Amino acid sequence: MTSEFQILLSILLPLAGAVGIAITGRHYPNLREALTLFTAASLTAVVWTLLPELLAGERPSVRVAEMLPGLTIEFQVEPLGMLFAALASLLWIVNSIYSIGYMRGNNERHQTRFYVLFAVALSAVMGIAFAGNLLTLFIFYEVLTLSTYPLVAHKGDSKTVVSARTYLGILLATSIGLFLPAIIWTYQVAGTLDFTPGGILDGNLAGPAVGLLLALYVFGIGKAAVMPVHRWLPAAMVAPTPVSALLHAVAVVKAGVFTIIKVVVFIFGVEFLSTESSADWLLIAAAFTVIAASIVALRQSNLKRLLAYSTIAQLSYVVMAVAILKPLSEIGATIHIAAHAFGKITLFFAAGSIYTASKKTEIHQLRGIGRRMPWTMAAFTIGALSMIGVPPTAGFVSKWYILAGSFQSDNYIAIVTIIVSTALNAMYFLPIIFYAWFCREEVAPTNDHGEAPLAIVIALTATAALTVLLFLFNQPVLDLVSQPGGMSK
Amino acid sequence: MILTDHLPALQVVVPMLIAPLVVLMRVRGLPWAVATVTSLMAFAIAVGLTNTVLDSYSVTYEMGSWRAPYGIELHVTSFSALLLLIVTGASTLTLVAGKQSIDTEIGHDRQPLFYAAWLLALSGFTGIIVTGDAFNIFVFMEIASLASYVIIAAGSDRRVLPAVFKYLIMGTIGATFYLIGIGLIYMMTGTLNLADMEARIHEVGELRPILVAAGFITLGLALKAAVFPLHAWLPHSYTYAPHIVTAFLAACSTKVALYVLLRFDFLVFQQNLSTHEVQFTVFLMPLAVFAILIASGVAVFERNLKGLLAYSSLAQVGYILLGASLVSMPGLTAGLMHMFNHALAKGALFLAVACLGMRFTRLELVNLSGVARQMPWTMAAFVLAGLSLIGVPGTAGFISKWMLISAALQEGALGVALVAIIVVSSLLAVVYIWRVIELAYFGDPPEAGQSVNEAPVWLLVGTWVAALMNIYFGIIPSLPLSLASESAASLLQHLP
Amino acid sequence: MELLGLYNYWAFAVVLMTGLYAVITKGNLIKKLIGLSIFQSAVFLLYITMNKVDGGTAPIVQKGVADQVFSNPLPQVLILTAIVVGISTTALGLAIVIRIKESYGTIEEHEVQNLDHDL
Repeated sequence: MTSEFQILLSILLPLAGAVGIAITGRHYPNLREALTLFTAASLTAVVWTLLPELLAGERPSVRVAEMLPGLTIEFQVEPLGMLFAALASLLWIVNSIYSIGYMRGNNERHQTRFYVLFAVALSAVMGIAFAGNLLTLFIFYEVLTLSTYPLVAHKGDSKTVVSARTYLGILLATSIGLFLPAIIWTYQVAGTLDFTPGGILDGNLAGPAVGLLLALYVFGIGKAAVMPVHRWLPAAMVAPTPVSALLHAVAVVKAGVFTIIKVVVFIFGVEFLSTESSADWLLIAAAFTVIAASIVALRQSNLKRLLAYSTIAQLSYVVMAVAILKPLSEIGATIHIAAHAFGKITLFFAAGSIYTASKKTEIHQLRGIGRRMPWTMAAFTIGALSMIGVPPTAGFVSKWYILAGSFQSDNYIAIVTIIVSTALNAMYFLPIIFYAWFCREEVAPTNDHGEAPLAIVIALTATAALTVLLFLFNQPVLDLVSQPGGMSK
Repeated sequence: MILTDHLPALQVVVPMLIAPLVVLMRVRGLPWAVATVTSLMAFAIAVGLTNTVLDSYSVTYEMGSWRAPYGIELHVTSFSALLLLIVTGASTLTLVAGKQSIDTEIGHDRQPLFYAAWLLALSGFTGIIVTGDAFNIFVFMEIASLASYVIIAAGSDRRVLPAVFKYLIMGTIGATFYLIGIGLIYMMTGTLNLADMEARIHEVGELRPILVAAGFITLGLALKAAVFPLHAWLPHSYTYAPHIVTAFLAACSTKVALYVLLRFDFLVFQQNLSTHEVQFTVFLMPLAVFAILIASGVAVFERNLKGLLAYSSLAQVGYILLGASLVSMPGLTAGLMHMFNHALAKGALFLAVACLGMRFTRLELVNLSGVARQMPWTMAAFVLAGLSLIGVPGTAGFISKWMLISAALQEGALGVALVAIIVVSSLLAVVYIWRVIELAYFGDPPEAGQSVNEAPVWLLVGTWVAALMNIYFGIIPSLPLSLASESAASLLQHLP
Repeated sequence: MELLGLYNYWAFAVVLMTGLYAVITKGNLIKKLIGLSIFQSAVFLLYITMNKVDGGTAPIVQKGVADQVFSNPLPQVLILTAIVVGISTTALGLAIVIRIKESYGTIEEHEVQNLDHDL
């Protein structure tokens, strides 16, 4: 199996899976779910077997079509994209196990549509991860938006549809209104859109135009949820929890920050940006989002909305780390993508587990729930600690690198932001943990529930374990991202 | 004498001669079969001509061996080849796919006449495209228009009649304006041959009649092309015409008028009128901008599905004109590409509408609530084509929008404003296409007992062929691109 | 005197505008069509006018007569074609009016509009 073929396969496999799921779905739900798991597992196998080649320094690429001169659909695997793809494919397996438990446990409608679109979304994620130029990335970015819209609107009642419209409206409007013009502008001045180490804009653009173009990118990539284009993320919380867990904690939002990292590192170039003072606003915008979103999260009473605002803050962490423009912080940004993915998916799994078992969605209802659902709440605790950045969880590693990067450049804005936001994170997560474990239930629940279905428990235990494992064994990830031609030049 | 030498003439003559024969065919199904085969032949001829043009730049043919400029000269360039492909392709695909749709809307006793008129329209359109003679264009234009009125009026809804009457009045006024313009030019130059005209206007001392002629011709053709604000005839005609007719005409009729407009403005007047750029940047560009914004805005609030798509067509005419009004190589190429790509998208959309029309008598949006569950293939094709209309990457619509935006960006501050307008109208397109999609996919079916089936297979196949072409030409646009850029180069080669 | 000498062109303009006026203002569909015909006739007049060469005769070449001045025959031929087109247009227009009368029972534009308003 050549690596070119593997790249294409990783995009086509989920699509083929989607077709299979659609055919079997109506009459054979068991077969459908088996097919989902099989597709997820084989995708993971295909993606992960690319890893050795990458570690050996290879950069396999494949060109599919040339639309206009210099405008191609092209894929290239590099460490950052590899990490993203490996993460998404691995978590898809776990999430599929979880989905089966959740969708059956809650008797959701349109389950076939759910699994089909999930597979399509994953195909788009692979396309984004392996995109060799901005145009290819943009195509899959839009596919991801369109394929997740029905997942958000899954419930189909009027309130859900309104939220889903907000979701689609913001993501499409920003991508067509800002992101696309930015791409075209880049193409105009640079004559290419290929992701090139060191960037393509150096010497082609200077002065305030750089800051403006960066703004078009940062706010056009709405999936990264930098304020004020963050509103779609809380709106997306009306979706079933597996969607929130994999897509709105991992795939979609990570696609956003991933795109921003790609743009900063491979389009602008880190060194070019650090010489250009008009781009400095990015750090401040990200820092502001971190703090503001954390404060908003403090005031949430709905568990999933709290997690959504926490996600917004954590995403801007990554953006801020990128904006520090130091190699160490770029590594930190990359690891934070993985760390936050494991932690946040665990938290969402826990929220969905609580909902499935007890139908509870509000924070104040969670008193004493730790005794009824020990596995769930243990996983929740690990996830929350990772968000705060407490060892032995993955969040600690990434925060370490980001802090190291900010000290390297004496960037006090970043340092203060990290400290304040850590305090805020602790303020909204620790009370939940405390109430859940150490308080008694005020009123006994109407249904005397215990743990959620087994599939759910397996899934959230797995992701919680991954959160800890990433703390203990982070060397392979570090090796991958600190490769030459990777994050640092 | 080799048959292939006569392709330019055959392109027009074949459908024209077969049309009266079709009238005589009283066997059920035969008129359709003959019309389809004829249209297929026309398409094959168009493909043959395109191949020749791609090899050798252009083909000229002297009718009856009379030497130009005295005789009528047929002139096939890459620009004409592009249009020929659009027209004959649209006609063939809609005819092949549309038999059942036409059968449900038009009685068998009237079908021979209907198909005859269809072939005449086809012949008229191709005639306009291949001829190099100004008056000849007028004649073919009226053949095409009269035949179009007839096939539009075949619609079963009675509201089609006032609509087509309005079209007839406005279309005739447009054609007459064109005729006045030709008369004035003939007065000053003594020629009707387009190529000859260009050379001779050079020698004319007094340019005022030529200026007046340019005004009349531009206005008349703008009427035919439904350039805002001269578009009043189009929405209702498209809404109430038989579905297949709408698919055919929406793909090509306004574009043919634009083709003549561009040919006149760029080949005949360009070098001769010092105020030529003014005509575009001061006069046509604002019209294009208004068309884009206002028509997209109206489409957002339109309640009838076909009406919505008709207003969207008006906006797309604006895009084509906007590209041309930049009077630059990239702009013109983008406009011509959009001609091709919009024909693909709108053809597919209206074919999907024809599928819906097989199951619904009224195509108000509210009637289509939840239809995607019952007609999944139809709606999936609709979504694909709709994405192309919006200009989502990976579809044909994206290519032309990309080219249009990058052409506009070369125009400095004005260009940035134009880009903003294109972006806004793209977002409006998202809204109006999404209204349909959301209703079809997430709306509840009106009554539980009422269930409809998927459209007939043949119609679906046609719809999907058109929808997939949007993807194909979105990824591999080299054929229309080479034709469009070559035409743009030839239109601009006279630029002083 | 030159302005008056161009009286044929003045007539063209007047007839053209008369026709256009009728098309725009008349509510009766038949009257609209009449207006349209007048409008087209104006163009016929324009073409006929421009073919005339001062002192020219019909373009028939005769033996033995040299240096004869001919009027230009081409516009006449063109306008014959245009007349045919005009007749076809009028005929088709009238046919549509008949069908409007059949389905609406009226040929007044505003009444037709009102009848559809309820739909």
